[in-house]
Order: sequence, then structure tokens, then C-alpha cells
Amino acid sequence: MLKINDVYAKAGDKEILKGLSLEVKPGEVHAIMGPNGAGKSTLGNLLAGMPHVEATQGSVDFLGKDLLDLEPEERAAEGVFLAFQYPVEIPGVNNMYFLRTALNAQRKYRGEEPMDSAQFLRMVKQKIKDMNMRDDLLKRPVNVGFSGGEKKRNEVFQMGVLEPKLAILDETDSGLDIDALKIVSDGVNQLRSSDRSFIIITHYQRLLDHIEPDYVHVLADGKIVKSGTKKLALELEEQGYGWLNQ
Amino acid sequence: MKQKLEIKGGKKLLDGRDSSNADEENAVVKARAKQKYKEGFVTDIESYTLPPGLSEGTIRQISTFKNEPDWLLEYRLDAFRKWQQMEQPNWAKLNIPPIDFQAISYYSSPAANKENAPKSLEEVDPKLLETYDKLGVPLHERERLAGVAVDAVFDSVSVGTTFKAELEKVGVIFSSFSEAVHDHPELVKQYLGSVVPSSDNYFAALNAAVFSDGSFVYIPKGVRCPMELSTYFRINAINTGQFERTLIVADEGAYVSYLEGCTAPMRDENQLHAAVVELVAMDDAKIKYSTVQNWYPGDEEGKGGIYNFVTKRGNCLGKNSKISWTQVETGSAITWKYPSCILRGDNSSGEFYSVALTNNYQQADTGTKMIHLGKNTKSTVISKGISVGKSQNAYRGLVRVAKKADHARNFTQCDSLLIGKSCGAHTFPYTESANMTAKLEHEATTSKISEDQLNYCLQRGISEEDAISLIVDGFCKEVFKELPMEFAVEAKALLDISLEGAIG
Repeated sequence: MLKINDVYAKAGDKEILKGLSLEVKPGEVHAIMGPNGAGKSTLGNLLAGMPHVEATQGSVDFLGKDLLDLEPEERAAEGVFLAFQYPVEIPGVNNMYFLRTALNAQRKYRGEEPMDSAQFLRMVKQKIKDMNMRDDLLKRPVNVGFSGGEKKRNEVFQMGVLEPKLAILDETDSGLDIDALKIVSDGVNQLRSSDRSFIIITHYQRLLDHIEPDYVHVLADGKIVKSGTKKLALELEEQGYGWLNQ
Repeated sequence: MKQKLEIKGGKKLLDGRDSSNADEENAVVKARAKQKYKEGFVTDIESYTLPPGLSEGTIRQISTFKNEPDWLLEYRLDAFRKWQQMEQPNWAKLNIPPIDFQAISYYSSPAANKENAPKSLEEVDPKLLETYDKLGVPLHERERLAGVAVDAVFDSVSVGTTFKAELEKVGVIFSSFSEAVHDHPELVKQYLGSVVPSSDNYFAALNAAVFSDGSFVYIPKGVRCPMELSTYFRINAINTGQFERTLIVADEGAYVSYLEGCTAPMRDENQLHAAVVELVAMDDAKIKYSTVQNWYPGDEEGKGGIYNFVTKRGNCLGKNSKISWTQVETGSAITWKYPSCILRGDNSSGEFYSVALTNNYQQADTGTKMIHLGKNTKSTVISKGISVGKSQNAYRGLVRVAKKADHARNFTQCDSLLIGKSCGAHTFPYTESANMTAKLEHEATTSKISEDQLNYCLQRGISEEDAISLIVDGFCKEVFKELPMEFAVEAKALLDISLEGAIG
């Protein structure tokens, strides 16, 4: 599904990723952990095509396409979804209208018929129920006046509606209390399937108690320095990141 | 943000891919947005036009064409003399090139209308009907806009009014101003200049001297006007100014919703439009007045476009009366316009909802005045200014509370949105309160479309162009929801067109 080959990337003027390689197969869940400043968020932003991150070397193959060659909205339509660490507020635009605009833009790119409002309404109502979220989420302007937890829930809800092939969660667990964490991770677990992959960027092991990863990678100083199974996350939790440098 | 937009803009706009939104509303918006200024055509029609120049003779000539009673000619001449003593105002944040009032023609009419206005729509020149068809305002019997009565003003004259008979049945008078002068002289005489006196300001005086036509509406006691009324103003002739006058009177307990649209051909020369609108609301009457102003704004270099100097004012004369102005201003090279309310009746209320978008070299200085005279009067002002390109956009507002206006309340909110870094947004709010019980609130914000907002939309699959339109639409929401439905769709489409070139 996703093959990152020896990528170097800059965020602004600063080189952040320095020879990162990673392969994600369909249905796999990869957790990316690591100390602050290691380049975790830069990786997510690079894959999503956020403009302030620029690859200087290496390649990223996504389902046979050169991902780095695509515009951010094309990547979205190809199936890349980034759940933002800091979701943005868009005053006056209701969440449902925003999502339908997004979904139909993606469908158009893929040559699919647009979804009319009735179909769309049925679909989102069902999803919001399945994901145990309150449906006032739909009517409110995008993220405006949302609590930290509500914003993160909204990200996962949007993911559910847009049904990406590769979902990247950038510190979705930060700032969540235990109930919100459970709702968010239940949402993610519902979306797990054999043809959908996840990259979960997190600082803490606790999210991985709820979303069980297939692989855990440690990112330090711009590259992956250690990979393993869920056990690695537990070791990190116990020992911190310091021992990696020895 | 600027840097990023430059890199991406050109390619984005050229690759011809546009994202779709499901509902029909957006399909309409998109279809409209593809055309630039589609109203910029000229109708090739034989017209009778007065030679340029302004003198007492010109005014007498106009009055003769219209076969006006002496009192009206006197009213005009009196206004002209006042105008001659006045100076063009220069307090607005506008850079107004000198206007040569002698180089303008003050009267132009399709030849057939010179003396006898067509009695019915069947007599209207087919070329005129075609023009209004093209503008999306069909006047023919068969294709009339359902539920909307239209008075069509072409250059200096009204060329047709629809649904007149149906409206007459409930006692509603809806006609061209010229007809009203003949058919209802007592009403016209009573209210003409009662809200905007001819000495009010330079452009109002000019209008009072040379106004050629416009619409007249009277809603009798207790009648709720059964359909929306509208006037579509069209400038066609070259070197001609348009000076129309609208007078709407809602008697006790009456209600009317009135819409106004305007367009003009694309020309390199500037053209002058100086209108006056007067509204009068008696006890318990309500008037809702909506405008979508789409005069030709000039080209990307700032060449051509309409100079729009308009005085609009409503008098809430009666108790519990209400006047509500909603305007979407996207056109004109220069806009100078302050739809206002005089809240004279106790418990009366005034509202002003405005979206003003300027692009390229457009300039707008627009806002409102809310004059609280009665007790418990209430006013709401919501203004949204959007500046793009090298344009300048100013909100100017006055809230005045008179000594006797106990418990007056005002809420003002003005928000400015900047797109790009060469444009300007300015806010000039004035408040004067002579009563301790008044409660005035003012909120103002200035924001830019942030890179984060754009990125967020892009990541969800929405193109940059659509993202800007979505964000602007959200920004204007509080105003759009005040517009009648069809108008709201039109307004959104207009914003999209006007935003063209906002990126790249």
C-alpha cells in the first residue's frame, strides 16, 4: 500500500526527516513513537502533502502512484486521510456541509457520481450512531467552540465518513480524557479492515492499549531507529527514549 | 500564505478540474461562477438620448418628456439650485476621480418609450424582453418569475411591470415612478423627499433634480403583500447616468419584501449611478429591502466600472414598525452607500445586514446609520467586508441615540476578511448617545483566511478555489440567511465570480 523509500524532508528551512523508510501493507496498523522533535508530525504532514513540508530526496509510493507528485487534495481523493493534531475551526460552515463538499470532491476526482443530500444524510446519521457520537456534531460549524475532545472525535468521525485507505492519526490521543480516548479508539477500531491501513503517531503507550498495533516504530532524529511489535511500546513506556541513544 | 498561493494558483486555475458539490444550489453557483461578468453585454436598440450636459433646460426637458405636473418640475428645479450650491463630499475613504457632470447624458430611453410608455408587456420591444431574459429576469406572461413581481428599469425608464393586475386586487400599488406620479399624485406628493430631502446630500440633490424613473410601492393597511416585489435596474446606453428613485410606503400593519438587482455593460468609461430609495413604515408595518448590487466593477486593471453613489433611508414612522436592509455588494468601481433607518416610532426596529466584497481596484465605503428617536427602539447591524486583490473596503456606521429615546438598544458587529496582502479593510464606527439608558454593543474583527484553514480543506479533498469560496460563504452566513432563497443562491454565485483571481 505505502512504501516510503529513504526520504529526506524539510519543514520550513530545517531538515527534519533524514533517510526514513517504512512499508505499510493493507490492513496493517503501524504506531510511530518517539521523543519530541523526532519528526513524527512532519512524517504525517509529508504524506498528506501539507505545503510547508517538502521532500528533498527519496520517494513515496502509494498504491502504485508517486505520492509526492500529487496535490494534497488529490492525495485525499486517492485515499490518504490525516487526522490533525490541531483541527482547524471554520466559522459559519456546518460540519455536514463541509463533509459533503469534501466527499463529493473526492468522488468526482475518482469519477464517481456525487451523493445527494438525502443519501448523504442517511449515511452520516448511521455512521454517527455506529460511532457512538452525538448528532449535534453535524449541525455545528466545523470545530467552532468544540472542546479538545470533541475536535478529536470530529476528526475520527470525518475519517469514518470519508473512508480512506490510509489513515494517519497525528497525536489524536493528546489532550483526551479517558472517556474521550475510548470513544476515539472505538471509532478507529470499527474502521479497521483488511484493506485499510493506519499510521498512528503518538507520544504515549496508552492509546495502544485501546488500538492494538501490528508494528511499533521508534522515530528519532529523522529516521526509524527501531521497529518491533506491541512489546516495544511497553518497553518504551518503562524505560523512556533515552536508552535508544546508547 | 501569499507565497504558497503564488506557487499554486496559476496551475490550479488552468487545469480545468473543479470539484463538485452535490446539491443543485451549488450546481447553479458553479455554473454561474464559470462566467466572468456575464451581464456585460450591450443591447443594440434604438434609443433616444439627451445630449450630454446639465442645466435647468435639461431638467425641464426631462419633466416635459414625462409630462409631469408643475409641482414636480418645481421640486426638481429647487433641488437643482440646491445642488449647484453644494460640494461633492470627500469624507469617505475613497479615491474618487473628478466627475464631469456636463459630460454625462441625463436621459436615455428606448426610442419607442420616448413619449408613450408601453401600456402592457405585449407592447414592449422584444429586444428589451430578450435583454431581461438574458439577465435571468423573464418578463413575458408565460415565463414570469413565479411569485416575484418585477419592475424593469432600462436606462432612464421603466419598460414593464409584471403582476400589476394581480397586485391591484389586494390593493397593492406597484408601478413605475412615472406612472405613480400620474395615477397616485397625492401619495407621491406626500412622501417624495419625506425621508431623504433634496438638500440631504450632494448626490441626493442631483437625483432629486434629474431622476428619470424608478419604482413606486404602496401597501395598504393590514395587507401582507402576496408576493416579493422587485426592481431590476439595467444601464445600457453609453455615457449615460442612471438616476432612479424608489419610494415604498407600508401603511399600518402592512408587510412587503422588496428585492433590487442591478447590472450594466462592460465599458472602459466610468458611468454614474446616483439613486435615492425612501421607505416609510407606519404603525406595525414591516419592510424588508434586499439588494444584490452587481454593477460592472471595472476590469482587472481598474479600468471602467460604475460609480455608485446611493442614498437609501427608511423611516420607521409608526409604533412597532420595522425596516430591514440586506445588501450584497459585489459590483461597482466605487460604492458610496449607507442604507439607514430613522427609528421614530416607539418600539420600532431597524436592521442592516451587509456583505461587501471588493476585488482588483474596486473601492467601497459602505455602512449604515441607525438614528434612535423613539423609546425602546432597537437596531442590529451586521456587516461583513471581504477585500481581495488591490481593493479597499471600508465600513462606516453611525448609531445615534436621541435624548428621548429611552432604552434604545443597538448591536453592531463588523467583520472584515482579507484575502491577499495588497488589499485594505477599514472600520469607522461612530456612536453618539444622549440618553443614559441606551445600551450599545459593538464587536469588530479582522481576519485572514489562514493557511491552516486552507490546508485543512485541501486535506479533506477540497480544492483551494472551492475552499476559499466555502470559507467566505461561512463568513457571510449571518447575512445570507436574511436573503430570500433565490436571492441567496444568486448572491453566493456572485461572490464566487467576484472571488475569481483571488488565488494566484
